[in-house]
Amino acid sequence: MALEKEKRQQTEKEIDYEKVVQSSSFKQFMQDKKKFIIPWTIFFLVFYFLLPILTSYTTFLNTPAIGDISWVWLFAFAQFVMTWVLCIVYVKKANSFDKQADEILEKMQEGGDDK
Amino acid sequence: MNITYLLFFLCIIVCTLIITYWAARQSKTTNQFYIAAGSLTGMQNGMAIAGDYISAASFLGIVGTVALNGFDGFLYAIGFLVSYLIVLFFIAEPVHRLGRYSLGDVICARFPSDRVRGTMAVGTLVISVLYMIPQLVAAGLLIRLLLDINYSTSVLIIGSLMTIYVVFGGMFATSWVQIVKTVLLLSGTFLLSLIVFSRFDWNVAALIQEVQLGTPLGEQFFLPGNLFDEPLETLSLQLALILGTAGLPHILIRFFTVRNTKEVRKSLLTSTGIIGLFYIITLILGLGAVALVGYQQLITLDPTGNLAAPLLAGQLGGDFLMAFISAIAFTTIVAVVAGLVISATTAFSHDIYYHIMKKGRTTEKRQVRAAQVSAFIIGLVSTLFALGLKNINVTFLVSLTFIVAASSNLPVLLFTIYWKRFNRAGAVTGMISGLVGAFVLVLFGPHIMHPVDGWIPHEPLIPLNNPGIIAIPLGFLGAYLGTVFSGKPQENAADFAKFTVKAHTGAGGDRR
Repeated sequence: MALEKEKRQQTEKEIDYEKVVQSSSFKQFMQDKKKFIIPWTIFFLVFYFLLPILTSYTTFLNTPAIGDISWVWLFAFAQFVMTWVLCIVYVKKANSFDKQADEILEKMQEGGDDK
Repeated sequence: MNITYLLFFLCIIVCTLIITYWAARQSKTTNQFYIAAGSLTGMQNGMAIAGDYISAASFLGIVGTVALNGFDGFLYAIGFLVSYLIVLFFIAEPVHRLGRYSLGDVICARFPSDRVRGTMAVGTLVISVLYMIPQLVAAGLLIRLLLDINYSTSVLIIGSLMTIYVVFGGMFATSWVQIVKTVLLLSGTFLLSLIVFSRFDWNVAALIQEVQLGTPLGEQFFLPGNLFDEPLETLSLQLALILGTAGLPHILIRFFTVRNTKEVRKSLLTSTGIIGLFYIITLILGLGAVALVGYQQLITLDPTGNLAAPLLAGQLGGDFLMAFISAIAFTTIVAVVAGLVISATTAFSHDIYYHIMKKGRTTEKRQVRAAQVSAFIIGLVSTLFALGLKNINVTFLVSLTFIVAASSNLPVLLFTIYWKRFNRAGAVTGMISGLVGAFVLVLFGPHIMHPVDGWIPHEPLIPLNNPGIIAIPLGFLGAYLGTVFSGKPQENAADFAKFTVKAHTGAGGDRR
């Protein structure tokens, strides 16, 4: 265990992380993540806060939508659906992030072995 | 004492103790004790997260507030659920990659220092104990009412159970108690909701009609504004709810108990599924309670409505079903408090004892021993607190926990992972300003300062019950200003490169 750790530390020392961060594949990776996360975060925050804002300052959600059920309930349930859908979408997307990360790690290891 | 109740409670106690006995044999190393050796599958961990997260406050509390206040009660549930998107998008995977046992590990992966680790550990201890006390008090009141034994005995039973689970079974026992709880809670409440619907011949319109007859609010029941009529208060609460989860240590340390980030994501997929489903069920139970039990009867036994779920069960299935649902509520509480004990234990024994006091120089065996001793002490202290606070309304501590988590842990976690300029001083000032800010704001708020029945008889200086909207920006501001004004040059640029690669790809770390 201790030996393994030492060995790992040795290989770590040989890796130039600054170079990894500057590499195009890492930059692309971070860019792709950002491109997914930022817009969806803005979307779900707006969607989420819109409900209390609308119920606090307006009353138009109180009108019936389907039968006796008013818009405010539909909006509330939509929050659940949104959370579930975004979770699934992210988990799907993250598999491709994993692939990119693995490629970066592989390249990094190769770079480390080249002495 | 009613024998049906006793049997159900004994059954739960025996089952969980068997789990603990089995877990005790696998809790010999720190790796096993703190994180169940990272051996849980995503599915299991997801169920454990749900079990860790759904507290008595959200099971009994939401059923009760929906029954009494209608739509507004449901707003809590929405915040509790949507908050998992923040966890999934920003926090869960980096936390898994960077930390080993505690949140202190995560921050110290970038800023290795005793001061940072110590502050984080104190924050974790404060959050865990603060959250534990209202759970214990609620548990004491609940068991007293259902089993007809006195408050102190009830608190002692719960307090000793949670302590036994953690001292002997560590994370293994805690996780499996939580998994069992999730299965019981979900199946029990689902069953109950089906019975509610069957009472109305599966006709939702009939249920809605009956609700309007049962509540004094009438049609207004289904519209917002019954509980929250102050827009700022509403928004402040929603802000604390959505950001709080991502700073709760007992939830975040659960991400260490799985093998890799794929399983972390599976955990979150499972837990959001379960938690969402559960809150929809609580809505049905809340409606059922007001329709079938009636408003008057709900508030006679408990003016806060916390007994709505057991009362509904009694109405639908007599003593037997009521005993079953009460036993589930009991399991709900022990599972949550066990999770809190283990997070506080890790903060104390791993961060403070092992890293700060012993400087990492001690044997594996001693560490496990220290963890067990700390678990015992934490269990004891929280139980004593709960015994002393019997007559004091401590429910506000639940929302305080979310505010502290969101204002002291979340800013520092986010900045550590994503902000290049962030530094050690900023981390410490961020945590402290969030923690102190939240406390001071609550101290000057209506929970403590109240002209009639407050601890400080005075008009509240801060009119908000839930000051998250001020406290959370304070935490972020503290972290930012601490960084900017510390005057330290950018000494850790190279560190940050390595840290970033590790945080986002898992390089150089144990991908377990």
